[in-house]
Amino acid sequence: MAEVIMPKMGDAMTEGKVVAWRKREGERVQAGEVLAEIETDKVNVEIEAEASGTLHITVPEGQAVPVGTVIAYINGPPARAAAPTPQAPSPAPAAPKPEVPPAEEPAGRVKASPLARKLAAEHGVDLLEVKGTGPGGRVVERDVLAWVEERAAQPAARPAPSPAEPDYEDVPLSRMRQAIARVVVQSKQQIPHFYVTTEVDVGRALELRAQVQEAFGEDERLSVNDLILKATALALRRFPDLNSQVLDDQTVRRHRRVHLGIMVATPDGLVVPVLRDADRMPLRELAREARRLVEGARAKRLRQEDTTGATFSVSNLGMYDVTHFVAIIQPPQAGILAVGRAQERPVVREGQVVVRPVLQLTVSADHRVTDGVGAAEFLAEVKRLLENPLLLLL
Amino acid sequence: MPEMTYREALRSTLVEEMDRDPSVVLLGEDIGLYQGTFRVTEGLLERYGPKRVVDTPISELGFIGAGIGMAMLGLRPVVEVMTWNFSLPAADQILQNAAKVRYFSGGQVSVPLVIRGPNGAGVQLSAQHSQSFESFYGHFPGLRVVAPATPADAKGLLRTAIRSSDPVIFLEHAALYGVKGPVPDGDHAVPFGQAAVVRPGRHVTVVAYSRMLHLVLAVADRLAAEGIECEVVDLRSLRPLDVDTVAASVRRTHRAVVVQEQWPLFGAAAEIASGIYERCFDDLDAPVERVTGEDVPAPYARNLERLAFPDEDRIEQAVRRGLA
Repeated sequence: MAEVIMPKMGDAMTEGKVVAWRKREGERVQAGEVLAEIETDKVNVEIEAEASGTLHITVPEGQAVPVGTVIAYINGPPARAAAPTPQAPSPAPAAPKPEVPPAEEPAGRVKASPLARKLAAEHGVDLLEVKGTGPGGRVVERDVLAWVEERAAQPAARPAPSPAEPDYEDVPLSRMRQAIARVVVQSKQQIPHFYVTTEVDVGRALELRAQVQEAFGEDERLSVNDLILKATALALRRFPDLNSQVLDDQTVRRHRRVHLGIMVATPDGLVVPVLRDADRMPLRELAREARRLVEGARAKRLRQEDTTGATFSVSNLGMYDVTHFVAIIQPPQAGILAVGRAQERPVVREGQVVVRPVLQLTVSADHRVTDGVGAAEFLAEVKRLLENPLLLLL
Repeated sequence: MPEMTYREALRSTLVEEMDRDPSVVLLGEDIGLYQGTFRVTEGLLERYGPKRVVDTPISELGFIGAGIGMAMLGLRPVVEVMTWNFSLPAADQILQNAAKVRYFSGGQVSVPLVIRGPNGAGVQLSAQHSQSFESFYGHFPGLRVVAPATPADAKGLLRTAIRSSDPVIFLEHAALYGVKGPVPDGDHAVPFGQAAVVRPGRHVTVVAYSRMLHLVLAVADRLAAEGIECEVVDLRSLRPLDVDTVAASVRRTHRAVVVQEQWPLFGAAAEIASGIYERCFDDLDAPVERVTGEDVPAPYARNLERLAFPDEDRIEQAVRRGLA
């Protein structure tokens, strides 16, 4: 017998949710097969079977449990845990039965057929609200379908909300939003942020990108953001103050490697996959890896190691038509670069007004590790590299 | 397609297979001179002579054991038991030898034996002669267990049984010998382990086999008048058991009733219900209903016997419960 436990996927994680079982109750599973998808604060991860055998699920889909909880057994739970205490065979002529109080229905337990439960889950119906018409008040298929129909018909039948209904709705935060909330509050409370902004002429970077893209053809992509990631990584190597973390009042840890967190927006919230050794990676490889990470983040199929260990982060809202914004540092990092949209702007060059594509970069920095000048020098280096993009290929 | 009775379907299959294959021989009590207690072997002694149609002494242990030995040495005996109740003295031969010889011999020796005869109740044969043996024999690996309900399946399954290299428990039903039905011409054979959806419907799946199938079909007719559509599945084989076809039907109807003539405990219906739960629990809109014989030895008196076994009314009630 093997236990499948809720894994601990990071120091901050105290509980996790079973998002989906990929194997059914009672199904034969092979060691190494994916059993379930788990939602942690950061990402959804897949857990694999460590042994082969029959799966016995103890935590249903949608339920969150503390780290370390057994969520399933392979090859059965221990017999003692599963079976009630054996009873002695009852003596022949009607021995007085011990008075056992009738088992109370646990609160919130609804009698419903398996099909009704499946349909309710599909239609987002709370079974507590559905009146059961099956035997003993069991909620059956027709009850759920009737309820869904009624719900669909309701807005037409009742245009104004009833007076009893409040003007607001209290929505529980998803686990991911709760985690994001914890991180940003901690960051803004504990890290003294300051911000430095510069403008970058990305005309040559755009030309280089176009040339490389043409050489790549259809199969590969190089984006301006890849160039920005590369420039940021190289600049951090030169100005390592921002590639660091405050350990305590006396110590700052300078990282020898540059791992860039890439902020990716998903419907559930921010996911931050990590581009490792971005400063040492050739641009082509960097573009591929960045793409894998971003797509993985959106499809929720990142591995644990894809989302940990960033030393600095980059947030790009260029595609949302944002010219300038400031970002919140991801603790324990010491900086984050906010990237706006490249816009055609009139620029003075050698006494002439010319139109150039210009983009704004804003670095948020932890004042405990560097000052305005340090951040400015870092930003100037990023700018220099992007305006001379051949340097990114060297 | 010619119409013939269940009995004629069995007899004509014996004739066709004996004509085709000289290693097919018949053994049993009163199958030759008397032409069979249920007339299945009528005319066969005259046609094939006493070497191929062997009247045996009244000793099941002896003649079934002899059949197993003949099968091990290359013949294809079809042994008739007057009823399956009489197989009990030979249960040791069937379970300990026929079912295990291939296994014990590492695949070197097969037992291509068919044991056939009437199984089940409903014809006033009282407690010792009304029993059903599908779950008893179905329990043992190494055996095949089939129970045709129609003349066409009697023919198709018997042909497969005779050509099978495994020992086959061929369960006929005394109440069905006179039932008429269309039977395909030619080399009609029904593979083992394939249930048949004999009546499509969308409200409830009703599973049966052997005599119970006919009661279920009558109930389905009754309920159709009210707009209730039963999907009726005839199992045909008990081992191998085709639960997949049953589950596929339940996925469409979301409700299931399983009907068996035999006693409730450890019966075929429990096995099928369990298979449904394992395969399509989330598709069920109600618990699986079982209809079974009463948990008593079969009574002789007609009125009591009627009470002891499923009838159309009880099946109809169960279907209505299953639809609640």
